[in-house]
Amino acid sequence: MLGFSLRSLWNRRFVAGLTVLAISLSVALILGVERLRDGARDSFANSASGIDLIVAPRGNSVQILMATVFGVGGTGTGMTWDSFEWLEDRPEVAWAVPIQMGDNHRGYPVIGTDASYFEHFRHSGGQPLSLAAGTFLSGDGADAAVVGAEVAARFDYAPGAVIVNAHGSGEVSFDLHDDAPFTISGVLAPTGTAVDRMVFVTLEGFDALHAEEDAPAADPLDPAAMPTDDHDDHDDHGGHDGHDDHEDHGEHEGTEAKHSHEPDRINAVYVGLIDRTNVLGLQRAINERPSDALSAVLPAVALTELWGITGTAERAMRLMAWAVALAGMIGMVVMLSATLDTRRREFAILRSVGATPTRIFALIVAEAAILTAAGLILGLVLLTVATFVTDPILSARFGLRLGLNVFGAREMATLFVIFCAGLLASLIPAVRVYRMTLADGLSVRL
Amino acid sequence: MHPLRIERLVYRWPGAARSTLGIGALSLASGERLFLHGPSGCGKSTLLSAIAGVVDVPTGAILVADKDVGALNGGARDRFRVDHIGMIFQVFNLIPWLSALENVLLPCTFSKRRLERSGEDPAGTARNLLDELGLSDPSLASKPASELSVGQQQRVAAARALIGKPDLILADEPTSALDEVAKAAFVDLLARECAEAGTALLFVSHDRSLEHHFDRSVDFLALNGGAA
Ligand SMILES: Nc1ncnc2c1ncn2[C@@H]1O[C@H](COP(=O)(O)OP(=O)(O)OP(=O)(O)O)[C@@H](O)[C@H]1O
Ligand SMILES: [Mg+2]
Repeated sequence: MLGFSLRSLWNRRFVAGLTVLAISLSVALILGVERLRDGARDSFANSASGIDLIVAPRGNSVQILMATVFGVGGTGTGMTWDSFEWLEDRPEVAWAVPIQMGDNHRGYPVIGTDASYFEHFRHSGGQPLSLAAGTFLSGDGADAAVVGAEVAARFDYAPGAVIVNAHGSGEVSFDLHDDAPFTISGVLAPTGTAVDRMVFVTLEGFDALHAEEDAPAADPLDPAAMPTDDHDDHDDHGGHDGHDDHEDHGEHEGTEAKHSHEPDRINAVYVGLIDRTNVLGLQRAINERPSDALSAVLPAVALTELWGITGTAERAMRLMAWAVALAGMIGMVVMLSATLDTRRREFAILRSVGATPTRIFALIVAEAAILTAAGLILGLVLLTVATFVTDPILSARFGLRLGLNVFGAREMATLFVIFCAGLLASLIPAVRVYRMTLADGLSVRL
Repeated sequence: MHPLRIERLVYRWPGAARSTLGIGALSLASGERLFLHGPSGCGKSTLLSAIAGVVDVPTGAILVADKDVGALNGGARDRFRVDHIGMIFQVFNLIPWLSALENVLLPCTFSKRRLERSGEDPAGTARNLLDELGLSDPSLASKPASELSVGQQQRVAAARALIGKPDLILADEPTSALDEVAKAAFVDLLARECAEAGTALLFVSHDRSLEHHFDRSVDFLALNGGAA
């Protein structure tokens, strides 16, 4: 029966091929949208693990999360080092990692931080960062840099290589800091998160980039320049040697030991708590701190907020994908139905050689099953090819990795649903055929 | 065993004012060839449909291979038909996208009995049949049926009716699309093959020039109405 259906479809291979193509496109679209969504969620969720609070200059929590964890966009004007030290000394705080942002290295975000980053940052459900080669940032050199796996792979970097960063976070930068090069001290092992696309330098090194700068405000080609452009103000703050001033409030012992360099302003702080249950209290304390307008963001909450924003788009895309699937199914029903009249003779002949109407009914359903199954398989192939092609782009642009993942139970269920929909849709022409063959008998009448 | 026995068959198309068939008695012996003729519209095709079990007939009226066709239900009738009856129509006998050979073998795919009765090698048997019916060119057998001439198509249809030695072949004006010479040749071949297979043949036509190929000739008008 299946062989017979195959032969019959082969006889109409052009239309059948178009039908399969339509179904396969819808399958690829449906699964693609889901994978994109899952990939985005996983990659976001993995990037932010282990951080209890992200503290940044007051702003939108989603924006803060995107900027700090993902290196996309920026935060508001910098927070003071005072605030950092205040935070670090809070009794609830186990650790605090300072973050500076706003520069890029050949399009990849540059993060100014210190060795504690590598100690406390966790990704993909609690894994610490590890090195593929070299060492983490250590106190020894202000010009040290650690690069993420993808950056290293893309530009073929190894420890010892000298790199130059640029001002601003755009892909194209005119303002190269070639007077302040860095020497790569370490290359991180791949994490599958945004860290792969980041370049880490010391706070001192980050500040050094901006120290010699004469107010570069006039960059007409880069108007959107930096929400994080607070570094431009460095001259106003007396340059980075202003950290001498801080020694006035250097009452906290140990701070000097912890931070070899104290910048004027930083962009954000990753905070880990001793006891997570205190997170809301600390958040309130930070939000209410009068001397500096700060926001304390719970990564999980910000993520939920982000999904709330993207949810509408997701639903629209999903709806569209299923609409395409519906169109594919309708196409199949049209194809099967349109040929029925010309195939009446065929069915009459089959009946004359012993095919029951039920069997002819099954023939139509089998044809639909073949078309749908072929559509599913071709759809998966298309999706795989599309993933291959777009994966480098997505991962470079958005740090989003779809991967050629084996498909899970939910995708299986989706495929199953589409297959059943195909069978169900085929009942329309099949029932018509059943009635027709009964009425026609063995010879077709006008 | 009688390939066909009809007794007091009355049939009326649903919605028709009067019955189309009213046949007192008609039977065929094994291997017998009957020529049935009558004017257009008198009900010849209806009779063949009734015998083939496509229309609902009362129980006890039609026995094919001693089996009451009217007592069988829908699907069983279809299966019974292919087991015992081969059919040839006026035109459009073949599935256009199957090869001639595959068309011949169709009954064997739907009937175990026909398959068993077509020998060790059904495809070989089918080729022999085509050969005997004058389609010896092997390229013809593998050609799609849509590329055959009408005369060739009718011979393929005959081979399909014959394969697996059914008890009865019903032929509904299979020659009306053929010219005089082809017509005579076709009936001759069909009659010979039926005799060889021991298959009874009920041949319907309005063309009485073919009468002499048959054991017996019946006027449908005389037959019908006998029981009405
Ligand atoms: N499917 C049908 N439904 C209703 N009435 C039918 C049907 N088929 C045939 N009839 C009627 O039955 C009668 C006999 O038709 P049938 O086809 O048996 O004639 P026939 O003897 O085969 O004629 P011809 O030599 O032209 O083929 C006609 O009056 C026709 O109207
Ligand atoms: Mg007729």
